[in-house]
Amino acid sequence: MGNNGSEPVILAFCCHYCAYAAADLAGSLRLSYPPNVRVLRVPCTGKVEVTHVLRAFEWGVDGVIVAGCLEGGCHFLEGNLRARKRVERTRQLLDEIGLGRERLEMFNLSSAEGPRFAEIVREMTERLRRLGPSPLRCEGVLQ
Amino acid sequence: MASSGNNRNAKQSPGNGGSSPVGAVLVCGGGIAGIQASLDLSAAGFRVHLAESAPNIGGAMSKLDKTFPTGDCATCILSPKLVQCTRDINIDLHTLTEIEAIKGEAGRFTVTLRRRPRFVNEKECNGCGDCIRACPVELTGLLDCRIGRHKAIDRPLAQAVPNVVTIEKQQRPPCQMACPLGQNAQGYIAPIRAGKYREAIELIRETNPFPSICGYVCHHPCEAACERGRYDDPIAIRALKRFAVEKAAEIGWTPAPIEVERRPERVAIIGAGPAGLAAANRLAREGYGVTVFEAAEVLGGMLRLGIPEFRLPRHIIDAEIEAIRALGVEIRTGMKLGENITIEGLLSEGYRAVFIATGAYMGNRMGIEGENLAGVHVGLDFIRRANLGERVSVGKRVAVIGGGNAAVDVARVAKRLGAGEVTILYRRTRHEMPADPLEVADAMYEGARVRFLTQPVRIVASNGRATGVECVRMRLSDEKDLSGRRRPVPIEGSEHVLPFDTVLIAIGQTPDTKFAEHGSVRVSKWSTIEVDPETMQTSRPGVFAGGDVVVGAGTLVEAIAAGQRAAATMLRYLAGESLPEPNLTSGVAGPRRPQWSEQDRLRFERMLADGGVAPAPRATLTELGYDEKLAQREAARCLNCGLCAECMECVRACKRNAVAHNQPEERFDVEVGAIILAPGYDAFDAKIKGEFGFGHYLNVITGLQFERMLSASGPTLGALRRPSDAAKPRRIAFIQCVGSRDTTCDNDYCSAVCCMASTKQAILVKEHEPATDVTIFYIDLRAFGKDFDRYCDRARKLGVRYVRAIPSRLMQMPDTRDSRLAYIDEKTMKRVEEEFGLVVLSSGLEPSARLLEQAARLGIRLNEWAFAATDRLAPVRTSVAGIFVAGAFEEPKDIPDSVVQASGAAAEAMALLARARGSLLRTKVYPPQRDVKGEPPRVGVFVCHCGSNIAAVVDVEKIVERLSAMPHVAYAEHTLYACADDSQAHLREMIAEHRLNCVVVASCTPRTHEPIFRDTLREAGLNPCLLEMANIRDQCSWVHADNRDGANRKAADLVRMAVARAAQLSPLQEDSIAVRPGALVVGGGLAGLTAALSLAEQSFSVNVVEKSDRLGGTLNDIHSQLEGGDIPAFLRDLIARVENQPLIKVHRQTTVAKVTGFVGNFTSELKRNGGAGCQPVDVPEGGAGCQPVGSPERIEHGVLIVATGATEHKPTSFGYGKSPRVVTQLELDGRLARGELDLPEEPTIAMIQCVEQRCAERPYCSRVCCAAAVKNALALRLRYPKSRIAVFYRDMRTYGFREKYYKQAREAGVLFIRYEEDRPPQVAIGEGGSVRLETFDPTIQRRMELDADLLALSVPMSPRADREELSTLLRVPLNADGFFLEAHMKLRPVDFASEGIFLCGTAHAPKFINETIAQAKAATARAASVLSRKRMPVGGQISWVDPDKCVGCMTCYSICPYMAPRVGADNKAEVQPAICMGCGICAAECPAMAIQLRHYTNEQVLASVEELLNVRAEERAAVAGEDSGEGVAPIRWTRRAVRSASQEAGEREAAATLPGAKK
Repeated sequence: MGNNGSEPVILAFCCHYCAYAAADLAGSLRLSYPPNVRVLRVPCTGKVEVTHVLRAFEWGVDGVIVAGCLEGGCHFLEGNLRARKRVERTRQLLDEIGLGRERLEMFNLSSAEGPRFAEIVREMTERLRRLGPSPLRCEGVLQ
Repeated sequence: MASSGNNRNAKQSPGNGGSSPVGAVLVCGGGIAGIQASLDLSAAGFRVHLAESAPNIGGAMSKLDKTFPTGDCATCILSPKLVQCTRDINIDLHTLTEIEAIKGEAGRFTVTLRRRPRFVNEKECNGCGDCIRACPVELTGLLDCRIGRHKAIDRPLAQAVPNVVTIEKQQRPPCQMACPLGQNAQGYIAPIRAGKYREAIELIRETNPFPSICGYVCHHPCEAACERGRYDDPIAIRALKRFAVEKAAEIGWTPAPIEVERRPERVAIIGAGPAGLAAANRLAREGYGVTVFEAAEVLGGMLRLGIPEFRLPRHIIDAEIEAIRALGVEIRTGMKLGENITIEGLLSEGYRAVFIATGAYMGNRMGIEGENLAGVHVGLDFIRRANLGERVSVGKRVAVIGGGNAAVDVARVAKRLGAGEVTILYRRTRHEMPADPLEVADAMYEGARVRFLTQPVRIVASNGRATGVECVRMRLSDEKDLSGRRRPVPIEGSEHVLPFDTVLIAIGQTPDTKFAEHGSVRVSKWSTIEVDPETMQTSRPGVFAGGDVVVGAGTLVEAIAAGQRAAATMLRYLAGESLPEPNLTSGVAGPRRPQWSEQDRLRFERMLADGGVAPAPRATLTELGYDEKLAQREAARCLNCGLCAECMECVRACKRNAVAHNQPEERFDVEVGAIILAPGYDAFDAKIKGEFGFGHYLNVITGLQFERMLSASGPTLGALRRPSDAAKPRRIAFIQCVGSRDTTCDNDYCSAVCCMASTKQAILVKEHEPATDVTIFYIDLRAFGKDFDRYCDRARKLGVRYVRAIPSRLMQMPDTRDSRLAYIDEKTMKRVEEEFGLVVLSSGLEPSARLLEQAARLGIRLNEWAFAATDRLAPVRTSVAGIFVAGAFEEPKDIPDSVVQASGAAAEAMALLARARGSLLRTKVYPPQRDVKGEPPRVGVFVCHCGSNIAAVVDVEKIVERLSAMPHVAYAEHTLYACADDSQAHLREMIAEHRLNCVVVASCTPRTHEPIFRDTLREAGLNPCLLEMANIRDQCSWVHADNRDGANRKAADLVRMAVARAAQLSPLQEDSIAVRPGALVVGGGLAGLTAALSLAEQSFSVNVVEKSDRLGGTLNDIHSQLEGGDIPAFLRDLIARVENQPLIKVHRQTTVAKVTGFVGNFTSELKRNGGAGCQPVDVPEGGAGCQPVGSPERIEHGVLIVATGATEHKPTSFGYGKSPRVVTQLELDGRLARGELDLPEEPTIAMIQCVEQRCAERPYCSRVCCAAAVKNALALRLRYPKSRIAVFYRDMRTYGFREKYYKQAREAGVLFIRYEEDRPPQVAIGEGGSVRLETFDPTIQRRMELDADLLALSVPMSPRADREELSTLLRVPLNADGFFLEAHMKLRPVDFASEGIFLCGTAHAPKFINETIAQAKAATARAASVLSRKRMPVGGQISWVDPDKCVGCMTCYSICPYMAPRVGADNKAEVQPAICMGCGICAAECPAMAIQLRHYTNEQVLASVEELLNVRAEERAAVAGEDSGEGVAPIRWTRRAVRSASQEAGEREAAATLPGAKK
């Protein structure tokens, strides 16, 4: 972590009821995971808009996680299913513009899955370290 | 059972007329049922006292991983409700609380509640868990359903609600109880195990001034009492104490210097032995001047004179005495009482009190011939001289007479002084020998011999010198002596002489009390001083005595204890207080029996200095102390019998001083109008079914344990692990009905949930580890609930094997620890043996003993299984008016049934207390909200240390320091605990002082704390939504403790992201809309009528719509039920009550034509059906309905309840309709009731179950038919005693207590013959309607034929034909089977997803009469949450459509799960605030981007993201600047500044003028 520039910055949109609660539980269980992720709480992943994700990339974030309830367990019935479709669409867009779909991933987990949350962060951090910093980083910010 | 519900109704009316009932309800039980009842009651305007006996709420459900049949995560769906319960100001949550006593009657009860201590201050504990990590006591069991380990201070789950820890402390451990000093051995062993030696020694020293000496020579009664000794060896407590002392010295620990205020009074202590010095220590510490007078020239008394140096090094004695002298104690040697000092003299010299502790130094003699011969010595003198370094000679052959420690010491000293042969003569056996067995062993190891059962009778001499001892052999008689040991008696003629040249007599000692000859203090005939045993005061006031001089000869700890006790009363004497010290030790029960397995056996180890046979030199210790590794190993053997060791580690760890080890039990009264019992159940103790080896075999666990193992937050974090070796089990077996349907353990009922619970767990296993082989052994698969059969099908598809057999027993394989099961294979009728790596016992539900006590206090009647007795026609009422019951305490049931009952019980309480609704409701008054419109953002940031929870990892000060440079930050500070009361007050002050208009709190999770801080903002006059939280604890410091650098950067980012977002926040206004009173109930059957009546009893007006001209629905066709009761009379009464109820208006021959509006504001149009051809029966499938006549009636109502029922399906198979002898069960019931059966006296009757159901076309179970078949079979049997009755079934699903009747039917001779799904019985209808039935019986693998006089078919319940019409009309969904689909199958079983519309009865799913009644009442409780208000809040975090951008595509309308958007003016969409749930799906999907979710607008979301990237840019700029040596202009500030100046102001302006915005 010595060099600030080399560590990936990951933005995680977490739904209030499940993914955010799972992240809290990871804390209660004192699980350890890389500190690269910044969680942004949303009422439901169904609220995460394509533009939010794209804007984050545009401004130089290296990766984005969208984490919602288990399929069938959405507190707003089907928000997470819609989010998944939207994430798939955005992943295609990322491919098209050359950033690559791997920088965005949707996960489903229950609020009791603290260990799973830690695992997701580890997984994504590893992946983004492998992919290297987003090419949009510098210009995106200093414009 | 036979008494009907309506009789009791009269009794339910509150009070005796005049006095108004109390508008509060006591709910007992904080499981899902209790929670639901509490929330319903609070929402409907009642105060609730929620008493839970456990430390945390959530009950059994909170321990589950997933729920069936939806696979929902139990935590996900339950947690929000739990949190809601703790936040609701009208719910007073009392944890650890049970009912103690009850007075009064329905409407006005006074209930005394008893709260057990938590030993933690609930208000102060913030669940940080510091104490849990500090606690050295690891326990197995109790929590986490007895797998995994937890601490003595802990919480049952990481996500416990309330998130507060509890100390498990019930009893003092036996070691502490056995110690005369009350040394808390478990308390110091626990820190030794954890390597915390400083803490260990501090705890030891609290009660023991001579820890080091005791560590060497204490006779350790604690070890004799040690629970571990029952299993292998007791813990080597003394050795551990010695280790702790040595280790403390090694690490340089010294006692903290004490500050005492010197007092002028002086005290004299006579004797510098352990008793005297212990007293001196205690008195000196209180500031008294103490002088110790010692007769000898050396100090320590018996310690130095009686104990040889190889057992107790002299420097140890010196050091501990020196520590006492250092307290200012004056010690004068050579002062012998009765010679150079006297008691009177001391008193006249000004000593205010005297303590005599002169010990017992005169060695006893035996009184036998030859004791005065040369060569015969008293052992005590011998050892004293040796200890004083005098020249002592011994002969070649030494006899030591005695069996105590002194005798052994004498023998060992003699050996060291050069005796050739040493023999101890003892008159009993080794077993009775009072000496420490280890000392005896050491003596023998060194070459001493012991002759047991040998009694010296004479010392023989030659030339005046002893030459031998004449002895007699003894035997132990059966008679016991005073000490409780068997009395030794001489064997006649066994006299013999043993040759010795030295005889040492060590048979005890006596005090020398010659000083008291002049009567200064009274002395007993044994020469001991007489004292009051309570106060230790002698006959002379102010003179006390203790130790050996009082008891004759005692042990070291007894002497120390006596000294301390005497000092305690002397302190009272000196202070002029009355003497007997109040007894502080509380009543103590026996020790906790720990879970013990043979595999835990571990012997203790000793460290001996010498490997050889020869005794070590005089001063060389024979026993070495433990090294660290051995000590920790030994300490880890402690079973922690006292649970909490009271080592006070938690007290030191808790920065909020929340731990309160002395918290008392409390009793308090509550005034309530009604009581709801929802205490849940206990799991059956699987140990009772010994054949399955639970408790002995590690790889046999219960279903609940397995559930915890599957849980991601459980002890294995969701990994499948065998307890024996933590390996992944490859084969898992579930055994059903353990403790259910079993007369051998008196549980002959069905526990109703286990089949599905095991199926669920099997599915989870298959999902976790698909390769695992899973087998479920069962009797009948009881998948009777909604969608349960589908769930089992899913399990089968995943490869779960269902075997219809219950293994008779289980054997553990010694090598693999697999379990071998034997069972009879159904197909081959052969015995099969299989081995499984893990066996899960699906143990049943039963009421707990604790619960039964409570029930007894309440006086409620219990049924034959000790569950709460209820009537099937009044399913939530107990035998006591005003006390209701819900959940598994009424009958084993699953979550949705419990929730339904809970709401049903709440509805009963609401009806009982209708007049008092709202009378005790708490409301909070807030100051008016400040208008912040147009103000530039002024953000206040409060960063919390959370003690050291955050601050230990994150540099909180630095974050605050840097924040001040951020734009909009008007104020920033850090605070120790942001959530503490004083911090909240400070927060309010700062808001005012700095005119803050938005607040950021950087602390823990908003999931628990946002409501608290929002409330603080409201109290400070700010809109609560102007708060943003940064979660730098749960999601930062707690997970990145290993990476401080990363944690600091992350925390800084999170806080800045929160600030950026906070600057964008705008107030959210809630509006309210008027609620239209009254309900519309669709359907006039049992459910509809019950609901209507329940609503009317709660004083709401009701319109009931019934499409036929007859009320009662299907219940008109039902005449009896399994448990008895006159159903037609019940229905007549119900209808009469509905018709006489002025608040109910019944519309017969009417249907609902149109419904508009939303929750609280519905308008419906009713149309009367008419015309001559209209039949008051169901419209056949696809057929034309009745034509409505007349103009529609318009009704306004606040809620709508769907209770349209179901109908009996008319089959086409099995000859139905082709022969009059083939009937349905309902038809049979009618014929039986009307006496229309025409059968021969010895009829053959057949019944076929699952007719045209549980098949491809209708893949559901109708739940009631098995019971109906049993009911009709029993009735037929009664009517035709000679009948032959055969029931052909697939699975008998007589769940719960209905199992009893299934058993009765079998006992009555009804044959139950199983058929397989693919080989159903074949029915041939012959001439004249004769019925011939042919079937294959798989249990005997035979075909059989039967000519039946009557064939009854168990046909399914079908949903009503007009269901789809109603579904479309109300926009509520149906499931695949055509039943209405509730909002959530588990927790919202009577709600529709659309607010304000509810559901009950068989329109929801097939169910029994009692279930229908409970559900109908439940629907009314839910409805009451709307109807009990005059206005409903709407708005807040909801979506808003910008009409300028909306193109009217209505995408939002089609995707909203709640149908909140509608077509508004100009064909643009508009969101109805009362319906919108605020998920924001529409905002994300709107193609025109015309929709914004308030509080999550694009600007608000993106502000955080942008800030995050700004930080990175800043950092890079800084790095670049350093590299190039030039600074980089903070571009972003400029950009932000521009933006905030123009754009933000504009946005706020715009927001304020938006059409939907509330001012």
